[in-house]
Amino acid sequence: MSSSRNVIATVLIAVCTLSAGAQGKFPGIGRDATPKEVAAWDIDVRPDFKGLPPGSGSVAKGQDVWEAKCAGCHGVFGESNSVFSPLVGGTTAEDVKTGRVAMLKRADYPGRTTLMKVPTVATLWDYIHRAMPWDKPKSLTHDEVYAVTAFLLNLGHVVPDDFTLTDKNIAEVQQRMPNRNGMSTAHAMWPGKELGAAAAPDVRATACMSNCGPEPKVASSLPDHARNNHGNLREQNRTVGPQRGSDTTRAEGKLGDAAGPVKVVGPAGGAASPNVAAIALTQKHACTACHNIEGKLVGPSFVDIAKKHGGKADYLAGKIKAGGAGVWGEVPMPPQTLPDEDTKAIAAWLAAGASK
Amino acid sequence: MTNDILSPAPASVPGGRLRKAPENFLDPAGVRNVFAEGKRGRRDFIRSAFAAALAGGAAAGAGAQGKSVGEGDPAILKLPAHSTGLGQPVATDGYGLPSRYEGNVQRRPSPGLTQTSQASVSFAPLQSLFGIVTPSGLHFERHHQGWWDIDPAQHRFMVNGMVKSPKVFTMDEIMRLPSVSRFHFIECGANTGMEWGNVAVPTCQYSHGMLSCSEFTGVPLITLLELAGADMKAGKFVLAEGADGSSMTRTIPMSLITSGQVLVAYGQNGEMLRPENGYPLRLVVPGVQGVSWVKYLRRCEVGDQPWGAKDEAVHYIDLMPDGTHRQYTSIQECKSVITTPSGGQVLLDKGFYNISGLAWSGRGKIRRVDVSVDGGRHWRTARLESPVMDKCLTRFNIDWVWDGKPTIVQSRAMDDTGYVQPTSRELRAVRGTRSIYHNNSVQSWLVQENGEVKNVQLA
Repeated sequence: MSSSRNVIATVLIAVCTLSAGAQGKFPGIGRDATPKEVAAWDIDVRPDFKGLPPGSGSVAKGQDVWEAKCAGCHGVFGESNSVFSPLVGGTTAEDVKTGRVAMLKRADYPGRTTLMKVPTVATLWDYIHRAMPWDKPKSLTHDEVYAVTAFLLNLGHVVPDDFTLTDKNIAEVQQRMPNRNGMSTAHAMWPGKELGAAAAPDVRATACMSNCGPEPKVASSLPDHARNNHGNLREQNRTVGPQRGSDTTRAEGKLGDAAGPVKVVGPAGGAASPNVAAIALTQKHACTACHNIEGKLVGPSFVDIAKKHGGKADYLAGKIKAGGAGVWGEVPMPPQTLPDEDTKAIAAWLAAGASK
Repeated sequence: MTNDILSPAPASVPGGRLRKAPENFLDPAGVRNVFAEGKRGRRDFIRSAFAAALAGGAAAGAGAQGKSVGEGDPAILKLPAHSTGLGQPVATDGYGLPSRYEGNVQRRPSPGLTQTSQASVSFAPLQSLFGIVTPSGLHFERHHQGWWDIDPAQHRFMVNGMVKSPKVFTMDEIMRLPSVSRFHFIECGANTGMEWGNVAVPTCQYSHGMLSCSEFTGVPLITLLELAGADMKAGKFVLAEGADGSSMTRTIPMSLITSGQVLVAYGQNGEMLRPENGYPLRLVVPGVQGVSWVKYLRRCEVGDQPWGAKDEAVHYIDLMPDGTHRQYTSIQECKSVITTPSGGQVLLDKGFYNISGLAWSGRGKIRRVDVSVDGGRHWRTARLESPVMDKCLTRFNIDWVWDGKPTIVQSRAMDDTGYVQPTSRELRAVRGTRSIYHNNSVQSWLVQENGEVKNVQLA
């Protein structure tokens, strides 16, 4: 609920069973919130649309907003898997009719997109409004949220190309959500009786003590080629104790090999290297929303930038400040506003090779 | 500690030959590997045993004590600098740090798990922790849109919705109220999620490390709801909301709040919460998956229906074999894991070990933990180390003399409701393999002949 009128209405109709003198017990603690304060923070939209502000947005308008503010991470068609899981795909016209996504029954279907799962359209509206875009949450207007929601639903063939989503017709759209009938609360994992939960847990094991089960047979283990996938485990374990970490940079040894000296990878709370400080700055200023150290994300990796512009700290500092377009790909980088010294530190780190 | 490494090999086991592993114990490649390693190892070990015997040294097993010490251990005979010099002054570090020798003990992300570092996870190094409390600097992290270090003077907490009057509280005011301090585990709903279908990660840090346990200090949420005059009859649910970019929202059942268990917490292990864990204010929802423990808590709204938030409708839902999802699955069911020895470690030698691990349940206290050292055929009941607390980690341990043969170690916990931790087979029989969340199955660690411990799943 987000209007002050609603707040007043609630106060009028609420039957308050106030526990004896809670407010009298702690004088001087807390104060009444003003209607403006409540409106500023009370942004949630419930599945029954309680809290949904009035507004509207067309699929066409949504496409403009999408391409400007969303496609960088989610792909032009909401299909991208490069930053987040795909939003669209795996639903059919039949699902829109039945309210059950048939693909979810198929164990061989690899992906589970947002539209395959989400039962309630209010969830989309609420989340886009509160948390998107990724690096500028809460910057979309209500109408932009309506438009983007409409565009997303159109990508999934839930609404037609010429559709305009409004607070008046959103309840009808709810009746077209592909997985609206796909949820169940018949389980014993809700910590209360509010949802009419099942009384007993679904999985019933027994505590057998002897001659239990079949002869043990290993069905799954990590393949040898993955031995070092998580880094050298020898350096991820304490240097003293009943056991050491496995040296995953080499083949398995024999019993007793592990007792030698172990390298300590870094002081547990020691001074950070300049690299660590620069990397921390890239995180602090959200550069890492678009750039990984290695491997392309929305923009090029820091390592690739360093390879291309090694030694050019001033050029790189200028690029950070002015932004750029077309050097590395489709998505432009807007001009960045961070303190000069931070820009210089990041540029110097890039120019020196962007090492960890 | 006596050790049998020097005893001559029993006549029944000629040097260089191995006893055959049980039928189907390892796949053919594994068998070949174990044989090859074993042959090499056995020869070397016989050779070194003879060498040590000739030198007349009584060799002990583990660590650096396996070789002859001659006149004695230099670590004893030659006094170190710290015995003969002046050490460092008080308050060298105003907020102390761990030893520099502990640098390998760190929370770590799992490579390739997520594509951004702000919507990501770091895992607590469970294999290196003692007792039940997680040091705050090693507490696992889960952020949805990056973490912040928020000025507590600027932080506000609001209560609204079905209340007599919406209220605003400052940190000063919340910290003036009567506080409680309680130990509870927090486990991410997706902990062990990568292992639903098959083994995916090497160590218990990555398989079970989205788990931590702390003493939390704060105010029961019910106190703050009462101060706002919450409608306890119609108000069956409370929405908790964070102040960060993701503004995480979760639906909390009023029955759990009225029980007094749900806390609005500012303290963790005697200090304030760490920024990565929600400084200055977070919700504590004992027994419930971590996503409900909203960080940077800014608001609670009383309502009469659940909210179906993104993390209740798109994520944190459990896919069943029939294609339906279970929604609002919140309780972390009874679970345990052996942390020493565990995957990615190497036992130094044969001989005595104290198997140790953690057990917990979102429904209450741990009643019993059983341990198997033969892949689940036979079980012995482990010692529970005190304290044993409600919705809290419990440390267990059991003695074990490793004879050097390959084996599989497992733990199985039972809580005070009588619920028994299931095997993967029992869990999958009901829920299939596509759930992602709430995998609480029995963990198997294969101890190989060469001392290496591997993460395995049994048929």
